[in-house]
Amino acid sequence: MPIDIDISHVARLARLALDDDQLELYRRQLGVILEHAARVQALDTEGVEPTGHPLGFTNAFRDDEVRPSLDREVVLAEAPEERDGYFVVPPALEGP
Amino acid sequence: MSLADLTITEAARGLRERRFSSRELVDAVLERAAQTEAELHAYLTLDHEGARRAADQADEELASGTDRGPLHGIPIALKDNLCTSGVETTCASQILAGYHPPYDATAVRRLREAGAVPVGKTNLDEFAMGSSTENSAYGPTRNPWDPDRVPGGSSGGSAAAVAAGSALGALGSDTGGSIRQPASLCGLVGVKPTYGLVSRYGLVAFASSLDQIGPLARTVEDAIAILEAIAGHDPADATSWAGEVPDFRAELGRGVEGLRIGTVTELSGDGYEPAVSEAVASMVAELEARGARVEEVSLPTFDVALSAYYLIAPAEASANLARFDGVRYGLRVPGATTEEMMARTRAEGFGPEVIRRILLGTYALSAGYYDAFYGQAHRVRTLIARDFARAYERVDVLVSPTSPTVAFPIGERTEDPLAMYLSDICTIPSNLAGHPAISIPIGLDDAGLPIGFQVMAPALAEPLLFRVAAEVERIAGFDARPTGVAP
Repeated sequence: MPIDIDISHVARLARLALDDDQLELYRRQLGVILEHAARVQALDTEGVEPTGHPLGFTNAFRDDEVRPSLDREVVLAEAPEERDGYFVVPPALEGP
Repeated sequence: MSLADLTITEAARGLRERRFSSRELVDAVLERAAQTEAELHAYLTLDHEGARRAADQADEELASGTDRGPLHGIPIALKDNLCTSGVETTCASQILAGYHPPYDATAVRRLREAGAVPVGKTNLDEFAMGSSTENSAYGPTRNPWDPDRVPGGSSGGSAAAVAAGSALGALGSDTGGSIRQPASLCGLVGVKPTYGLVSRYGLVAFASSLDQIGPLARTVEDAIAILEAIAGHDPADATSWAGEVPDFRAELGRGVEGLRIGTVTELSGDGYEPAVSEAVASMVAELEARGARVEEVSLPTFDVALSAYYLIAPAEASANLARFDGVRYGLRVPGATTEEMMARTRAEGFGPEVIRRILLGTYALSAGYYDAFYGQAHRVRTLIARDFARAYERVDVLVSPTSPTVAFPIGERTEDPLAMYLSDICTIPSNLAGHPAISIPIGLDDAGLPIGFQVMAPALAEPLLFRVAAEVERIAGFDARPTGVAP
């Protein structure tokens, strides 16, 4: 029994503007994949710690030193739109 | 025989004996690309000018007595998810079309410092998500052994280039088998090193806790030469291994006498092509005849490794790929608001498999499902590591097929994502555990398609891994070359 998914909600969370046909296709495919993936739930993991880093590292520290970074002009050259040293985007909020 | 068909080791010797120059070597490789690319499409970008310039520099250095080691003057291909300063890097995605990174990935920088000559950027499944190189926004790569078949993936372009002779070696990246599986399907050696051994800085991230850069090459020795150049700690990658890099050659030539070799119960049976199972069994028998003690080992959690992988990898991908939003680089599709611009850019810029995995990962991480899916998958990952640890109390290395099948026909699995995912069933456990593994070509099936043999070893046991791999290579004596593409 495939898992039921609120695909419109998930697409909104992922910032993907998909049409109804696409949403329906992905909803069905994800149901099948998740049904397979749900096999992990059959294992008893009571008291088992999750693995984050595969070799068990925790933190890597370095000295807090000022170092050169990428040149601003070079980085902004890749931007779809830039002005006065900033990235330009459409309005983030609607209305006044 | 063309210079393009030499191994790295042979070419390095020829360069030092002044039998040919790096420029001649690079020209031979570019000529091979000119002959094969229309059919194979291994490359997304060929950097003729940069390659010839680097080759000339290598020739000057070698002539003046500066020897940077075994890769000096050797043409190498780079998977197009590795950032290359000033050379377009697309990850085979529309969303990065025209992107010129302002820096080199650490692995690329180290290759250049070792004198290697990058010849171009190879095709891949978009953002390394796939097992066939069919998920490229720029069209599929074909297998040099049979152009009607896939080269494997996601490092399929790197594999096809080395198999065809349009590079002598290549870098790939392996998140669930993306180096080893295409190496297997193209008759090459492919290595996934221990997690953290090679810096991921400048590798466009897919699943950060699983991704690892590694070599594809024609021989074990060639693969070692590439890995020696790129391995080692990098402060720019917080997950990189800060300890000593093992001496990869320390155990070469010792054979397998007295070694305990485990075959894996869960990586056999139905779903494995008979020719693959028979070739692997026959290699295991050869190893036993040379003094290895072989026993079958069961690692029961391998049965759910694929399920855990298809929760963890998409979850990490959904977070990593959030950066592609039309703001700082790459594609932008206009919208009335920032959110609309981002959502349209992402829907148009990403291909179907990438969208599928972002949705899957977003779902697995979303409120109400996080613990049942993502949290549980990470606990299962711990159980898989425990299964490995138990197995390594009894045996020194584990062996299996690299892929359950030989190269499959183009289009066969594109409509069935789950069937495609099953291509990685043998390779995924090593990624989940962070362990090294290698694929070595051991023969051809009746249709003349390559079969790969996988060796797995504990973390940082690369010297042992290469010792066994070199013996497998010697026994197999695999020296066949692709016949599917002229010349």
